[in-house]
Formats: sequence, C-alpha cells, structure tokens
Amino acid sequence: MSEIISLTILGGVDKDGTEEAIRSVDISRGEIVGIVGPTGSGKSTLIDDIEQLAQGDTPTGRTILVNGERPDANIRVDPRRKLVAQLSQKMHFLADMTVEEFLQMHARSRGKDAGLVTRVIELANTLTGEPIAPHHHLTALSGGQSRSLMTADIAVISDSPVVLIDEVENAGIKKQEALQLLAGEGKIVVVVTHDPVLALMSSRRIVIRNGGMIDIITTSSQEQDVCCRISEVDNWLMSLRETIRRGDIVEVIV
Amino acid sequence: MKLVVLAGTPGSGKTSVLLHTIKALIRNGKNPAVVKVDCLWTDDDQRFKKLEIPVHVGLAKDMCPDHFTIYNTEEMLSWADKEGSDVLLNETAGLCLRCAPYPDECLAVCVIDVTTGPNTPLKVGPLLTTADIVVMTKGDLVSQAEREVFRERVLEVNPGCNIVEANGLTGKGAFELAELIGCGPDAGSNMLLRYNPPLAICSLCTGENRVARKHHMGVLRNLDGFMEYKGE
Repeated sequence: MSEIISLTILGGVDKDGTEEAIRSVDISRGEIVGIVGPTGSGKSTLIDDIEQLAQGDTPTGRTILVNGERPDANIRVDPRRKLVAQLSQKMHFLADMTVEEFLQMHARSRGKDAGLVTRVIELANTLTGEPIAPHHHLTALSGGQSRSLMTADIAVISDSPVVLIDEVENAGIKKQEALQLLAGEGKIVVVVTHDPVLALMSSRRIVIRNGGMIDIITTSSQEQDVCCRISEVDNWLMSLRETIRRGDIVEVIV
Repeated sequence: MKLVVLAGTPGSGKTSVLLHTIKALIRNGKNPAVVKVDCLWTDDDQRFKKLEIPVHVGLAKDMCPDHFTIYNTEEMLSWADKEGSDVLLNETAGLCLRCAPYPDECLAVCVIDVTTGPNTPLKVGPLLTTADIVVMTKGDLVSQAEREVFRERVLEVNPGCNIVEANGLTGKGAFELAELIGCGPDAGSNMLLRYNPPLAICSLCTGENRVARKHHMGVLRNLDGFMEYKGE
C-alpha cells in the first residue's frame, strides 16, 4: 500500500451486544482524533481494534478500512509493513536486555537501519528528566524513562502513518511535546485521553460508553479557546513541577 | 479427520485460547472434539464441556505426558471419529520442551507467552521450531515494540511459521486460528513424528531413585556435555 489517506471505523456492538450508535467514522491524514469516556468503558479496546485492523473478527465486531477498502492480511501482522504504531499504557518492560540491544532488534523487526538507535535514545532524553544510556537494562528504567523511550521509538523506528496513543498524560513526560513528536506531519493520530488539554487539541472526539461509540463531538471554536487557556495553566503547573524537582524555591507569582 | 496438536509451556494460555477457538470453529460449521492430556490432575474438561462438545481427559500419571500423547494418538482419533467429530483438538501437557509431540500430518500449534521475555523463543526448542502456527499470548501486557521484538525472535528460530497474536481473555486471534485449523491437513494412518524424542533409556527411566552416579546406567550425559554409554 503506497499511501494512507484515510481510516474508516465501521461500528460493531457494545458490551451488551447491542449495535453501536455510531456506525461509521472516517479519519483523514493530518487529523488528531480523541477517544474519551469513563475508565473501563472500552477506549483501549477501540484502540486495539484499530491496531489489529479488525475485520469483524474481534469481540466488538468492528471493521477497519484503509482508504475505504479492506486491508491486505499481511499488512495486519507483518511489522515491516505495519501501518500502525501504538503507544500503550503498558510500559513495564519484561525483556531482560539492554536499551541498545532491544532497539536494535526492534529496528530489525521493522526492517529499519540499526543506526537509528542513537537517534531514539537522544530523542527520548529530550522528554525525560533522568537520561537513558544505551547500556541501561530495560527492566531497570523508570516509568517516565520507559514511556519516553517508547515515544521516541515510535517517532523514529515505528514511524507509521497511523499513530495510536493510550493515555500519554499518566507517564510523567512532557505530554504536549510527546504528542507533537508522535503526530509528525500528515499522520493519522488517535489519542485516548482523560486530559482536557489533549482532548481539546484533537479536532473531534469519539465518546465511548459501555463498550460502544455513542457520539462524536467536533471541537468548537469556544473549546479551542478553552484549550489555549488551560494549556497556559498546564504549562505553568509543569514549570512549577520542574522547579520543585530541581530543588529550587517557588517564587510568588504576581 | 483433521488433527490439531496444541502444545506450549504451562500457564501460557493454551486452554483459554482453545476455548475461544472452539467457539469460532463451531460458528464455521465444524464439529470439534477435545482431548486434554495432563500429568496428574486437570479440571479443564469442565471448561470444555460447557461448550457442549465431546471431551476426553488423558492423565499420563507416571509416564512422560508427551510420550503418552504420542502413542495414544490413534486411540484419540478413533474416539473422536465415534463421537462424530471432524476436528480433533489435542491439548498436550507440554512440560520439558524437549519432546515435540507433533506428527507430520497434523496442524502443529505452539502457544507461547510473550511476558516470558524475548529470550524464551531461543529456549523452547523443537516444540516451537517444528510448529506450523505459533500463537503469541498475553501481548496486551507489553508494549507494541516488545511484541514485535518477540515476534522477530520467533521467526529467527522458525522462519516458516504463521504467527497468531491471541488473547485468552478477550478472544483476540481465535477467529484467525479457527480459519487456519479449517485449512489444516487430515490425519494419516502412517504418521511420523517431526522430531525425535530424547535419547533414552537411562536407569531413571526404569525406576532408579538413588542419586549417586554409580547407580546410573544407560546413555548418560556429563555436565561438560560429553555423552557416554554405561552398561553391558
């Protein structure tokens, strides 16, 4: 497949087996779409359906089309041809390998040059406080370090036309920078989030309840204004956090 | 009669994956039967019976469970035939990883747990390397990158296999596995094992329980890897 112009989610059923209210969602290149809903409502399940390009063969019965067509079976499984990169909530590494060995092997699985490894580590270190070194053991990385490393891995090694992000805000990394890094240019980005800044940065958000897509909300200009204002608050909080982490004194704001 | 031999390390999710796959097989119009082989005890038959299909348990007791599976294959096939089934799913106990209980004319499925880490495929041996299908389970517990690295390791040791990413909890992968089973081969009457079982017999195989080396005879391997035959 040469170029991904659009993804289509065809609705399936919710947790009770009832048809989802939303029957079809088209997402185009360059768009960021949010997925919102209470915990346990099925947001990650929707992400998983997209990741495996479900063809009515997952418990939700959803179908994912690429450029309006059913994708080739190989694209679903072969990492060298994979269209989707996923940053999941699961960030505890179980592989007993060094950062360098792991990234080299991942580059190989994706058919990429092992020389990209240095670039991944450099990029990861712009997102996290404590630097990661190539000889570090994966299993000993902190939550924030793991998340940064996976974010950079997706931007550099997995570099796929579709990027799925599951609750990046819980990771203790610079979330807006991470999102910009992942979104890149002309990608399709789907982000599961409880965070108002990230949710309102998206152009539309799919609302999930009881396992089903019940609504799609287009971000209004009023919401975009709100987004700008809360971004400022968010950045301020972030800088305070950094100040405290450095062991400095917080000065009074006038 | 199609024969599927499902092997894998304990706790890898063989039974859970199989339960979902049986449902998908039934939806595809198949009549599956299950033989569950275990060592000492199992209650998995109760889980299979809920699906209202023929279930048979085989307990190997003091025999090697893989050997037990191999020489009872014919009996299992004729049982499934009498039950009116067209697919026999044989879930093995799978313990020492040294035997691969796959005949040539079967669909050999190896279930392997991703959370055991990407070095595991290198350790599993013929159970994995001679399988037609490798089912990777518990992938939801690790990152996409780690799943892909694991997959790469599986392909290093078994380049020709089909890999199915499955989830025993949600049923992910069951549809795909059922499709592959539907295309699997029919069991023959002169089947051969794909891989030779371990060199035996040493005196432990015949009931010796003293530890000291002087009591042991037969084909023995020293700690340094050297092999010897001690006996008449």
